[in-house]
Amino acid sequence: MTTVIEASGLTKRFGSMTAVDSATFSIEKNTITGLLGRNGAGKTTLMQLLTAQLFASSGSVEVLGASPVENARVLQQVCFIKESQKYPDDYHPRHVFESAPWFFPNWDADFAERLIADFRVPLRRRIKKLSRGQVSAVGVIVGLASRAPITFFDEPYLGLDAVARQVFYDRLLEDYAEHPRTVVLSTHLIDEVSNLLERVLVIDDGRIIVDEDAETLRGRATTVAGAAAAVERFTAGRDVLHTERLGGLATATVSALSVSDRELANEYGLELAPVSLQQLIVRLTTTEPAPSLVEAVPAGSEKRA
Amino acid sequence: MDDSKPIFVQIAERIENDIISGALTEETQVPSTNEFAAFYRINPATAGKGVNLLVDEGILYKKRGIGMFVAAGAQSRLKTDRREQFQHEFVRPLVEEASKLGITAAQLSEMIDKEGSK
Repeated sequence: MTTVIEASGLTKRFGSMTAVDSATFSIEKNTITGLLGRNGAGKTTLMQLLTAQLFASSGSVEVLGASPVENARVLQQVCFIKESQKYPDDYHPRHVFESAPWFFPNWDADFAERLIADFRVPLRRRIKKLSRGQVSAVGVIVGLASRAPITFFDEPYLGLDAVARQVFYDRLLEDYAEHPRTVVLSTHLIDEVSNLLERVLVIDDGRIIVDEDAETLRGRATTVAGAAAAVERFTAGRDVLHTERLGGLATATVSALSVSDRELANEYGLELAPVSLQQLIVRLTTTEPAPSLVEAVPAGSEKRA
Repeated sequence: MDDSKPIFVQIAERIENDIISGALTEETQVPSTNEFAAFYRINPATAGKGVNLLVDEGILYKKRGIGMFVAAGAQSRLKTDRREQFQHEFVRPLVEEASKLGITAAQLSEMIDKEGSK
């Protein structure tokens, strides 16, 4: 596998605020990576650093083997769809689609036309007059039809309805399968995209706290539920991410269980339930400081009465 | 798709189910990795992992430049494997749940007979 993005100790400070805190990670060519995290965690700042829209305070970033800063060769191959893209005041969507090929050498006009029909974007109306979702659709169409070797989507679907989001996921998967490329997608809607992702980066408070295969991450936690005493006995000495109690009942989220662990849980009369990627990330980014499955949290240390 | 098993394992199981049910017959071509990915709305790499699991087990085989095919004898092999898992995956939880509810072995067997005669 070839690495197309490599960040090392990447840091961005705004005054006393550290938005991205020594982020070190790499992204492989032709993968779909999810960049997940809470509001203000640093997702957008990180993407701006990777696309040279911001300069790093310290650390380095390489895109396609070189610094992206003022580097036309690199930036030509990058498409960055921002959450709230601004367009010139009198622009209509057709102006956006007509000018896109100047910036994106791989632009596919036929594909763009199909997407315009899918998303029902009116071509001859001022963008200012479009609904929030329609403006987002314009960005999504540019991101897909540009077929840039590296495409960043930063929360691309503000205001898009469920149907339009599904169209986006479907077209992204289809086109990615036919024209493999590197996609980095930041989102809050983790459940919706989790099956699309091959790789997951979680950023919390400016730091990368998870850099993992989506598949591995999904298997990383299990919820056990049952009588509080049995749950306590079972979780003793294990990494516990979260516990909740309701009278004599308790649930605990623990790290991945082996087959013998599962049999033991059965013996104790405990119910096992999977933890979705979304739930896992909520657990990982809720408490302060963010707990990690790697750094063992002492069992029961965050038990709530 | 649910979260209880890795997605690539679920993909492999769905293909296996289709082979067992006869929806995919031996020596016929199965959909491509990309088609599976689009159909189940999953990452093509994940779909590929599921398909490769079955290639490694000899259930599917690759014809270079054409695609994936169901191997001869795949259906009977899968049925044998599934029968072995049946005790563990179905009978054991059934017996456990029955004993929780105070259903005796005789009553359980009667219930099974009743289902079978439908």
